[in-house]
Amino acid sequence: MDIFRSHVLLCGGTGCTSSGSEQLLEHLNLKLKEYDLDREIKPIRTGCFGLCEAGPIVIVYPEGTFYSHVTVSDIDEIVAEHLLKGRIVKRLLHQEKDVDHTVDMALDQIPFYKHQTRVALRNCGVIDPENIDEYLAFDGYKAMQKALLEMTPEQVIDTVSQSGLRGRGGGGFPTGQKWKFARASQGERKFVICNADEGDPGAFMDRSVLEGDPHCVLEAMIINGYAIGANEGYVYVRAEYPIAVKRLGMAIDQAKEYGLLGKNILGSGFDFDVHIREGAGAFVCGEETALMVSIQGERGEPHPKPPFPAVRGLFDAPTNINNVETYANIPQILLHGPTWFRSMGTEKSAGTKVFALGGKINNTGLVEVPMGTPLRTVIYDIGGGIPNGRAFKAVQTGGPSGGCIPADLLDVPIEYDSLTQIGSMMGSGGMIVMDEDNCMVDIARFFLDFTVDESCGKCTPCRIGTKRMLEILDRIVSGRGRDGDLEKLEKLAHNIKATALCGLGQTAPNPVLSTIRYFREEYEAHIHDHKCPASHCRALLEYLIGENCRGCTACVKACPVGAITGEPRGLHIIDQNKCIKCGACKEKCRFDAISRH
Amino acid sequence: MKTLEELEAIRQKTLARISLRKEDKEEAVRVVIGMATCGIAAGARPVLTAFMDEIGRRHLRNVQVTQTGCVGMCRLEPMVDVITPDGNKVTYVKVNPEKARMIVADHVVNGHPVTEYTIGAAEQQA
Repeated sequence: MDIFRSHVLLCGGTGCTSSGSEQLLEHLNLKLKEYDLDREIKPIRTGCFGLCEAGPIVIVYPEGTFYSHVTVSDIDEIVAEHLLKGRIVKRLLHQEKDVDHTVDMALDQIPFYKHQTRVALRNCGVIDPENIDEYLAFDGYKAMQKALLEMTPEQVIDTVSQSGLRGRGGGGFPTGQKWKFARASQGERKFVICNADEGDPGAFMDRSVLEGDPHCVLEAMIINGYAIGANEGYVYVRAEYPIAVKRLGMAIDQAKEYGLLGKNILGSGFDFDVHIREGAGAFVCGEETALMVSIQGERGEPHPKPPFPAVRGLFDAPTNINNVETYANIPQILLHGPTWFRSMGTEKSAGTKVFALGGKINNTGLVEVPMGTPLRTVIYDIGGGIPNGRAFKAVQTGGPSGGCIPADLLDVPIEYDSLTQIGSMMGSGGMIVMDEDNCMVDIARFFLDFTVDESCGKCTPCRIGTKRMLEILDRIVSGRGRDGDLEKLEKLAHNIKATALCGLGQTAPNPVLSTIRYFREEYEAHIHDHKCPASHCRALLEYLIGENCRGCTACVKACPVGAITGEPRGLHIIDQNKCIKCGACKEKCRFDAISRH
Repeated sequence: MKTLEELEAIRQKTLARISLRKEDKEEAVRVVIGMATCGIAAGARPVLTAFMDEIGRRHLRNVQVTQTGCVGMCRLEPMVDVITPDGNKVTYVKVNPEKARMIVADHVVNGHPVTEYTIGAAEQQA
């Protein structure tokens, strides 16, 4: 029997795999055999559905029933009730927090998906990424067929230019223009590179596309090769993404077997081959010039531009580099036309953008929205707001190169230019939400600590400048801030931005600058009053015992350094010189007598 | 290496397999089989597999086979509803695998309900 009456989709992305979706699949196969359903119901492992917080996720078609937080024992019930008897297991239906649902919920009905428009992620969580036939059935390789057989390279480039697509890796450079430059360059060999060196803390959209829809990236690279006249492509992907590397490798093998990669593709006379290069996880290798020398087997260090990669890139040949998400848009643009693409998003930022939502937010996961959507929609309507009833404080976009956006700018539309204007940037699409318990000085310190670690050390402003900035921030969060520190930070930041060699250094001070811009009073409280308004920085905290103390001595026993003294049934005192601010006493106190300042 | 025609054939074949995941589902004919305890006891399982087999052999796209619970007429099980895209519903009763194949051929493919197996015919006899 070739036809199955029901498909059970299990998320096989990294998020759900680590919460046990492999075991679920095994158990499901076992159970289907046991009930003799294995010839009519087909389990399929897909890529990421985006709602990683609710994983592992199981979706049953044709109903589209959406189960979340599924465990191995839940599988028994799903098989016995839903798959055998057609009774949906209501208990396991996905419930969004703070929303009361009594109706059966299908995938496209839940608020998390309702506000989204999926272009780059259209196949993620829908098809089996390890099966080229499924990709083909969802219009796969049709765009390539159209480009290779019906269009000239110039027409392909014109279509991409007219669509207004801009680089999704962060810079936002017009993709069509990039292709035009690479086409215009003369060279015996040319290269196409897919940049999958996704390094921003908390960003995982490229990983999800490669895991969930690897063929669409391959298809776009072939189209790109045809457009600029390149016959070879590289995917530079982090070795820390084992599932993505594996599925990409499978996709390349399958495409070769079907003659969609290799010599004389579809009889068009065009040859194209793709290699995978695994990166060792250096953040700087996401910078295109560093990435290229890393592919060549040298130490990953950036070079000054010009010459741009389009003129002299990989192995000194003209090269075009695009990000994974940029590529994921290409086949759709060719199939549906530039006007369709422009109909989404805004005038200067066409199309959609994928964001990885993380931090203090209910629906951690991956979302794709049209450009121009206000941040508020993403954080509240899709993200489900802030957990535990805390207040929203800021959202960090653009990772270590971006900045923090405060609450009063939440209605700013998400576009390349509007985000730059308010001191942040689109970046690759990480979005980290912070609530009132997050100290903004410490956040800036965290990101700077990351860039100091990841600086390759080639140019002085980045190597020494960021280190000096970090030292000042360290001083501030430990209560030793001085007058003039803020001015010094700002001066250093501007100098580094102006003089660093590559994007890493030029953007490294952004988190500091944007937090100073919007949360200056927090910095000042640290420096002048030696207080952390968010009660986060340990060194600035003070634990005090108030009048509620009954002298029960519970805190005395809890204190690991013996800083608390007092007679039983008498008021206790914390010796501030001994106290290490661990908070153990506050947790133990049953009378709410200990306060933190 | 595959030719364009072969690729298109793979697309069509796979599409038939995965059509229940595509979005244009409202065009589908739905075959709903009573699969509560009473239905299963009366032999709904072989009926369901017969439907699946017949649909598969005919490469029919846009036909969904789903199950439902007990509608309360357990004496008439196995019961099957065939719902066409125009919203018309025909209820068949006491279905067996042979009847199932006939329903696929006459009703699902050619649009002529098999009157003698319907609930109306069964009630008249009674």
